[in-house]
Amino acid sequence: MKTKLTLLLGLAVLTALLSGCTTVQPWERATLADPKMRPDRDPLHSAMFEHIYFSCEAATGGRGVGGSGCGCN
Amino acid sequence: MSYTTKLIQGLILGLVLALSAAGQVKPGQPFPALAGHALEGTLPDFAGQVVLVDFWATWCAPCKASFPAYTELQREFAPRGFILLAVSVDKTAGPYEEFLQRFKPAFSTVRDSAQKLISEVRVPAMPTSYLLDRHGIVRSVHSGYHGESTVKALREEIARLLEEKS
Repeated sequence: MKTKLTLLLGLAVLTALLSGCTTVQPWERATLADPKMRPDRDPLHSAMFEHIYFSCEAATGGRGVGGSGCGCN
Repeated sequence: MSYTTKLIQGLILGLVLALSAAGQVKPGQPFPALAGHALEGTLPDFAGQVVLVDFWATWCAPCKASFPAYTELQREFAPRGFILLAVSVDKTAGPYEEFLQRFKPAFSTVRDSAQKLISEVRVPAMPTSYLLDRHGIVRSVHSGYHGESTVKALREEIARLLEEKS
């Protein structure tokens, strides 16, 4: 029983260690630091997205403004 | 204990040991020899000098923010035997050369385009600077650039190391 438990535990640890997860090292983050990675990099896209969002939610002003509205935009 | 169990335990132990051995360069350890890492650029003569090795990149905003202060440190301490070496880890030459042309640093810069040196040093963050004494031993590690507090600590440490007998 004890041997089986050790075996199972060992397999679980090995699976975790050999899985696809990896750490991006600090010096490998050039791509992640690129402005293109920002979701709000394009003001026009952001404005359109916000318009769709607050139209769907019937909340005038979208995310950035308090209050609500009729949604008739 | 069965053979399979022993084998798995051995494998786990080996993995853990291998992962822990891949450690970072810490104070008290000799800094890796800079030659042999295919660094692009001219390395200054470090013999008997106090050296600050700074790892930076053009995509790292705090790294670039540190340059004016590091220029001041170089100007202040160079006559007493201090060298500042900025090692860029940019893989492409374009942004690196463009930044250097614009900023024109007063200290030496090289490029670790293959990222061999930094992979050996394993910096904990960008930027990280290593202050080496006259024998090439790491005396302090500064992770990140925190403006005046980093500069103040570096200034004190450099002055102290320069006063040490070689």
